[in-house]
Amino acid sequence: MRPSAVRLLNILVPVKRTVDYAVKIRVNPDQKGVDLNVKHSMNPFDEIAVEEAVRLREKLKDEVKSIKVVTIGPPKAAETLRTALAIGADSGIHIEIPESAPAPEPLGVAKALRAIIEREKDGVDLVIMGKQAIDDDAGQTGQMLAGLMDWAQATFASKLVVDPKSKEAEVTREVDGGLQELKCRLPLVVTTDLRLNEPRYASLPNIMKAKKKPIQKITPADLGVDLKPILETIKVTEPPKRVGGGKVENVDQLIAKLKEAGITPVKS
Amino acid sequence: MFLSRQLARRAYLRAPRRWSHSPAAALSGLNAVTEEDLAHFSKILPSSAIISTLSPSATPSSELEPFNNDWMNKYHGKSTTVLKPRTTQEVSEIVKWCNQRRIGIVPQGGNTGLVGGSVPVRDELILSLANMSKIRSFDDVSGILVADAGCILQSLSDFLVPHNHIVPLDLGAKGRQHFNNSCQIGGNVSTNAGGLRLLRYGSLHGTVLGLEVVLPDGTILDQLTSLRKDNTGYDLKQLFIGAEGTLGVVTGVSILAAPAPQASNNVMLALPKFENVLPLFKETKRQLSEILSAFEFMDRTVYDLAVKHGQGRALDPADVEGAECFVLVETSGGKREHDEEKLNSLLESLMEADEPLINTGVLATSPAQFSALWAIREGLTEAVSKEGKAYKYDISVPLHKFKEVVDKTREQLRQKGLLHDDAVRHVVGYGHVGDGNLHLNVVAAAYTPEIEAALEPFVYELVASYKGSISAEHGIGVMKTHALQYSKSPTSIEWMKRIKALFDPNGIMNPGKVLP
Repeated sequence: MRPSAVRLLNILVPVKRTVDYAVKIRVNPDQKGVDLNVKHSMNPFDEIAVEEAVRLREKLKDEVKSIKVVTIGPPKAAETLRTALAIGADSGIHIEIPESAPAPEPLGVAKALRAIIEREKDGVDLVIMGKQAIDDDAGQTGQMLAGLMDWAQATFASKLVVDPKSKEAEVTREVDGGLQELKCRLPLVVTTDLRLNEPRYASLPNIMKAKKKPIQKITPADLGVDLKPILETIKVTEPPKRVGGGKVENVDQLIAKLKEAGITPVKS
Repeated sequence: MFLSRQLARRAYLRAPRRWSHSPAAALSGLNAVTEEDLAHFSKILPSSAIISTLSPSATPSSELEPFNNDWMNKYHGKSTTVLKPRTTQEVSEIVKWCNQRRIGIVPQGGNTGLVGGSVPVRDELILSLANMSKIRSFDDVSGILVADAGCILQSLSDFLVPHNHIVPLDLGAKGRQHFNNSCQIGGNVSTNAGGLRLLRYGSLHGTVLGLEVVLPDGTILDQLTSLRKDNTGYDLKQLFIGAEGTLGVVTGVSILAAPAPQASNNVMLALPKFENVLPLFKETKRQLSEILSAFEFMDRTVYDLAVKHGQGRALDPADVEGAECFVLVETSGGKREHDEEKLNSLLESLMEADEPLINTGVLATSPAQFSALWAIREGLTEAVSKEGKAYKYDISVPLHKFKEVVDKTREQLRQKGLLHDDAVRHVVGYGHVGDGNLHLNVVAAAYTPEIEAALEPFVYELVASYKGSISAEHGIGVMKTHALQYSKSPTSIEWMKRIKALFDPNGIMNPGKVLP
């Protein structure tokens, strides 16, 4: 091993293929799920995570040794990896599950990610991932992964500054009351919020290059993890339809309507 | 009154004598609407369908403003009366009366035209089709939709969504919703509106299968067939498509709706030089064939203006470097995987060619990016108007002349000493390559007689020298009647006039429009 004061950064970015956010969601007649035969794209928060990793490299240059993206999903999820590679990741890992398999849950995903991290010869110093996926809105995987690894975590990041020399990161988080700044020691799990960055367009030359970048295909069994859901979906329904408003002729009618709706005046 | 007189005088001062003409001349034999006429109309129509400043209704003139002025507030009429019939029969009776009484009629749809064709020149009667808004029938096997002329384009689109069809016409696909939300199908037909789907679905001359028209004497011409094929003599309906209401009032339309595409993609390409646009168009057409649905060109100057004024999200600066122009390609088809495969192999072959036609480009990977790329193209009009006062020419010229037209116009302005910050700031070109339609825009600090004199008739003569059209999709209206001669030969104009006289011997239909 060469003597080196700085350990180079290895970044892992988990990404998920989800129903595109612009698609109108339709609940299946059996009320067990939604129509998935629609346009899919990368979970927007994950796109932000990939962009942030690429920006780190642009800033830190050679100090970022690798950016790996990983996804769990059916064969089509490989497209999502290609998109991430076109934005600037170096290589991908596709944990492939059958098209008909149920969607993995956060704990299963976190365990699979732990197995991936443990397999990496050079180790992983930083995991950047979306704070939630827009399909199930669970928002748990990042925290579970940090817990399983016993690593530091910084969720809802809106700013990320990494210092590879001191192996520390400064993270600004969006919390209810405002912004919270954390100093964390690597290895670290960061989950991204919307304002962290605006992902770039993948340019054509980069899309072409991405086609030649390696994607390793493995199965959950290879990792020794079981992705079978442990939760049971009882019912999926649409939110109640908005009922159109009505017009009233005068204030008296308005007050009558308000009373009808059970709204009573506040006693002063 | 004062304002319009001033406008008239200014127009007179600016117009070189040889085209001096007055649209008002067309109104010389026509009468104004009187209270007696109104009394007659109230026998035909309910009082709610009559808006008039004359008694007995005596509506304040402010309520007539939306009808008397166009949406850009460029053309101003002084009509006293707006009628809003609900049925073809009512239209027929109104027109018949006006013909007997020699009252000029301006048929009006959504009033979204760009050439002043839908507002009165003087005080003609405004016949609004807005209350004729029923969908008469739709056959989801043939895709044939029959609707009243006053149906709003967007409502027809909305109606067709559950039937998995689309109207083969779209004026403001992603940005200019204003047009779609107010323009009416009858107006679209009467002005032969073009729009963004023309490359794919063709012009209304092909997709309109039949029309119901009230002729200037009140006769109802029912050609509302729903047949794809009908080779039985003269195809009269074609005369009313693009006639801008000068031959009759379109009251019903039968139109062929297209199956709704299941998947759309787009890509913005940066080209090193204009000369590459045509080979690129050829290659794109060859490889994408039936899924190609738009091929839009914009030069570097107008792209930069769009970025400067925040229209859509720009490409990364590194990608834009060295690009002379840009092309937006859209595909739409029936199966996503099929379309993506075709588009990807096109892009691959473009990028890997020995002498690539393109520098680089971006491919939309999500619907949000798809809209963002369209927003740049759609936002050009707005960007131009934010930059200064725009002289807009909507012309058809051979594809390979697009750049030449822009360059020659810029050179003309340079020679006249008008190309500087206080006069003309930019001369830009963009448009529908697929249709040979160029939007030539001259962005100036202010509208001045000098700039106008440098541009007209220069631009029209230039267009005529390429045997182009001085109005590719906006029509003639009242704005370009004087320039008709640059696109139509004297023989053509003579026969157009004869056709007009044949249908409308009293000249009551949209007087002062289209014909010089």
